Amino acid sequence: MAAGNPLVEVRDLVKHFPIKKGLILSRQVGAVRAVDGISFDIVEGETLGLVGESGCGKSTTARLLTRLLDPTSGTISFEGRDIAFMSHEELKPLRRDMQMIFQDPYSSLNPRKTVGSIIAEPFVIHAVAPDPKERKRRVQELMEQVGLNPEHFNRLPHEFSGGQRQRIGVARAIALKPKLIVADEPVSALDVSIQAQILNLLRTLQRDLGLTIVFIAHDLSVVRHMCDRIAVMYLGRIAELASADELYGHPRHPYTGALLSAVPVPDPRLAKMKVRQVLGGDVPSPTNPPQACRFHTRCPKAVAGTCDVDDPELAAKAGGNLAACHFPLSDTEIAARVPTAAP
Amino acid sequence: MSTTATERLQEPGVELTPRGGVASEITARSPLQLFWRRLKSDWLALGALGVVVLIVLTAILAPVIVDVAGTAAPRATNADLTGDFGEPLGPNAMASSPSSDGTVAQAGPFGSDKLGRDVFSRTIYGSRISLLVAFIATAITVLVGVTLGLLAGYYRGWVDTLLTRAMDVMLAFPVLVLAIGIGVACSGTGGCLGGAIKPGLAVVIFVISLATWPYMARIVRGQVLSLREKEFVEASRSLGASDRRIIFKEILPNLVAPIIVYSTILIPQNILFEAALSFLGIGVEAGTPSWGAMIADAASIFREAWWYMTFPGIALLVTVLAFNLVGDGLQDALNPRTAK
Repeated sequence: MAAGNPLVEVRDLVKHFPIKKGLILSRQVGAVRAVDGISFDIVEGETLGLVGESGCGKSTTARLLTRLLDPTSGTISFEGRDIAFMSHEELKPLRRDMQMIFQDPYSSLNPRKTVGSIIAEPFVIHAVAPDPKERKRRVQELMEQVGLNPEHFNRLPHEFSGGQRQRIGVARAIALKPKLIVADEPVSALDVSIQAQILNLLRTLQRDLGLTIVFIAHDLSVVRHMCDRIAVMYLGRIAELASADELYGHPRHPYTGALLSAVPVPDPRLAKMKVRQVLGGDVPSPTNPPQACRFHTRCPKAVAGTCDVDDPELAAKAGGNLAACHFPLSDTEIAARVPTAAP
Repeated sequence: MSTTATERLQEPGVELTPRGGVASEITARSPLQLFWRRLKSDWLALGALGVVVLIVLTAILAPVIVDVAGTAAPRATNADLTGDFGEPLGPNAMASSPSSDGTVAQAGPFGSDKLGRDVFSRTIYGSRISLLVAFIATAITVLVGVTLGLLAGYYRGWVDTLLTRAMDVMLAFPVLVLAIGIGVACSGTGGCLGGAIKPGLAVVIFVISLATWPYMARIVRGQVLSLREKEFVEASRSLGASDRRIIFKEILPNLVAPIIVYSTILIPQNILFEAALSFLGIGVEAGTPSWGAMIADAASIFREAWWYMTFPGIALLVTVLAFNLVGDGLQDALNPRTAK
């Protein structure tokens, strides 16, 4: 595990969305188990990646961390204070220290507000820099910092391109110099060339401001470029958690192995040597997830009587990876299947 | 032969300057400027806007207009301006017999009514009642509808259920029948509920607002339901913004366009509603010039006195049409997605 002080400690975090039936006398008939008991630390100054397929609970985790959603149970301790069930009033001063960058640069900026007033919003809400002139100066500083023309503070979001809009979102997020930034797929909606610009901007800002970043993505190469440690999620659980090099070099969880096996290999000779592992079937419904190990219905290594009965804990496996698996991949299996594995 | 652009490009030594000069000279247009540019190119809406301004000026300057035209006051009855059998006189018609002072009275340019009142003056003054009722009722509708729509859409849950059901009940309510009922039951001198409810302007405005607020509330609620899920609302909440701030600073500005557009559609509707209520005799008290009441009055003698119904009718038509066209124009100009 990475050294350093944990900024955030998440323990047994659960978020179930109730499914209700009935118009007047509504009763709960089930729940979408979006996040179903996850635990991890976010170390100060690191970039923690959260990856997984659509619907695995990445975005829900992000919104729980920033308390845009109320958790069902569990604890989220931010600098030692449990924020999981804090009231909104108690939470307000803490919000200065944790900010979010959103996926869609088109819907994350109010179309009726000028860029200047969007970036100034954190100052207004937290009564920082009440003097309008001072506020304008700081807004323009921020615009410059994220690579926007400070003269454009009076423009409206629709006058900017997708990449520029995402820069505006970044400027809003760093305005109060937060400690933690949760970036929910910040580049998924952008062109590849623009993606690189935004990623590099985030890295520069992280270095300059000492930010801790939770980076959510489904693009494995983007995550590798950005993150120090990576958590792979599957159906509301963490399947594997390891440093980026270890995860890409020797994934221990069969699910991680399958994900990485799908990464295209640029070298055709190398590609021929690898066995592409294709998972059968679809992700099971989070309203009724499989018993015990969530992955056993699709796992190539699943053993009846063990994987469908006994729920594996997230525990250290060979190489130092934390993986929730009874039968982690061996080095030979990794060498045969995973193209990113060290030869 | 003149050289084409491409040929000039190939010429050596030709310096290329970007079209429109230096980038810094390109200034952004504010939404108001964009709106105005769009509206300016819509001559129909502009014309209608001109007519609306004219009608509003007419209402404000009614006494001056009547004074300049030299017609009688709108409430002044004149027995000399009715025929031998009490029938109204046509436009500019002379009275059949001289008045008591020996002069021969002449009807105004729009003729006179059954009581010898001047139709021109009454039509001019009628715009006051129409616009007053329409504007006040629309203002109340906007206030109530937007407030309740915002609450229902933003808080959802039981607030939404309660308000939506209330809207459904109101939409199912026979408002016209209620209005007639109030008119009949409360038309006595004392009125109903110890004089609290009496037929007149207040009841007309109340009934119109009662009938129209659910439409406004529904439109607003629908918009709020979709707006509250937008990421910019989440962003604001993650910054620690209060519900109040989110409603007023994030959501409400996005509702301005639909509210303006729907209000401009409501105004002509309410003018017609007022006319209908006055036609049914529930509107303003007798004698007050109102287009609806004039048309109702004229209906029985339409065959003999066409002018009595025609002029207030034209006024009503032109007013409603002008407001509707302005509403359409605003809708086009405020919605950036409509292609022109």
